[in-house]
Amino acid sequence: MASAEYMSDSGSEYTEYWIDWFLGSRGNEYFCDVDVEYITDRFNLTGLNQYVDRISLLVDIITDRTQISENESEQTRARLEDNAKFLYALIHARYIITQRGLNKMMEKYKNADFGYCPRVFCKLTPLLPVGLSDTPKVASVKLYCPNCEDIYNPKSSRHSSLDGAFFGTSFPAMFFQAFPELIPSHSVDIYTPKIFGFQIHDYAKLTRWRLLQKDKLIARLDEQGIPHDRDTRGGFVEPRKDPDDSSKKGRR
Amino acid sequence: MNITNELESNSSEEMDSWISQYCSIFGHDYFVEVAPEFIEDDFNLTGLSSVVPFYREALDVILDLEPEVPIKVANVPLVEHAAQLLYGLIHARFILTKQGYHLMAEKYEQKVFGTCPRYYCEGMRLIPIGRYDQTGIETVRLYCPCCNDIYLPSSSRYLNIDGAFFGTSFAGLFIKMFPEIERQCQQRLNKQYELKLFGFRINERAASGPRMKWLRQVPRTKEEIEEFDKCEFELPQDDYREDTERDEHDGSESVMSIAQEEEEL
Repeated sequence: MASAEYMSDSGSEYTEYWIDWFLGSRGNEYFCDVDVEYITDRFNLTGLNQYVDRISLLVDIITDRTQISENESEQTRARLEDNAKFLYALIHARYIITQRGLNKMMEKYKNADFGYCPRVFCKLTPLLPVGLSDTPKVASVKLYCPNCEDIYNPKSSRHSSLDGAFFGTSFPAMFFQAFPELIPSHSVDIYTPKIFGFQIHDYAKLTRWRLLQKDKLIARLDEQGIPHDRDTRGGFVEPRKDPDDSSKKGRR
Repeated sequence: MNITNELESNSSEEMDSWISQYCSIFGHDYFVEVAPEFIEDDFNLTGLSSVVPFYREALDVILDLEPEVPIKVANVPLVEHAAQLLYGLIHARFILTKQGYHLMAEKYEQKVFGTCPRYYCEGMRLIPIGRYDQTGIETVRLYCPCCNDIYLPSSSRYLNIDGAFFGTSFAGLFIKMFPEIERQCQQRLNKQYELKLFGFRINERAASGPRMKWLRQVPRTKEEIEEFDKCEFELPQDDYREDTERDEHDGSESVMSIAQEEEEL
């Protein structure tokens, strides 16, 4: 099968598989390779024909069964190429929430291919790509940090133009359903700005209120007997004893 | 090294001062140029002589003065290093002055320090900060007044700048000096991300559920605002804690142990 897919074409750029070429292009580092079997199963493509025309031809291009004909005009070829990329990306969003896709994305997560959380207290937690909408051309891809449970813009501009729908809104949630052992424990450190060592009042007040919300959450978890210490997945890592606490005690 | 060599030829031709050269080095764009008058005033340098080695020589280098005693060749790199350290520490003091924070405000306006990577902060500009005022502990971090959090600089070229060169107080002072910043934050404080699976929220009881909502939460409902007002000076001792005996926790511990101490008295 592999030999059949290898094109005897003279064009040097076509000597590799289309998918490999796509994954190797600059800016496509977030994508994983989708199994050819998954792409050729028409059931998996249900509904995608509303986004692209000539879906069978595009599938053939992606799976190297056919080449974009040299006879076509420059414009048509470019459009076919773009549509093939677009279709691949949309299939990708569906593929990565299957078991095989999740496994491939886990490898990428472990390599931190999506980068690290820029938040200081997250201590370089790897990120996961997420879309804000499952409809293409709505919002660009964002990166989800499982430690602070917030989303960030990609660091590099070549990733900030990627469509979020190529990863889907459910991917991170699905990922941690499939790999609960990868859920990090959460850091509870919180930053409060200080001037000459004194906390700024309104910020300190907000910090206190937020900590109160956290305490309430912990109380709710306790009530239901759900463990949340630093060794449990999704638990809280309490900071080391803060010198502020002892001073507060001493003051009274 | 290069810089000190050029220093010698400085006297004859009009050259950039050491300060402007140092600030124009690639990766030093976070620094503002400290006014020489500020450095010349010994009062502003109180205490630095005990922190910086080769203090006299380093000061001469920064101010482009010919050293009284020629520096030994072996010491030249050490003096250069000391000059950078001294400059950083003076810089941390200078940016707290009116002239200093106005210069920093210009850089802030031009987004020299970058924008907040958090999506819902909508490109809020960052402010450089050190978590410690002592050198050699941690490199510079960036503070976002909107999410009230600190981030790593996006480029590794800033990862060799000591946080103490900006100091712990600068960001707080800066946002208080320019109320416009807080006003901008107020406009953005309304969104929070919630992870969903096929459109369904995840329960907080699940390990993968939302456990960090509090981190970005702001009081919104009437009850929340009431509760927020109770947090004016300390964590209120609330009824939700009465039936749960949890005393290993930090905030609750201090409040509860205070109560115990009062009972003992």
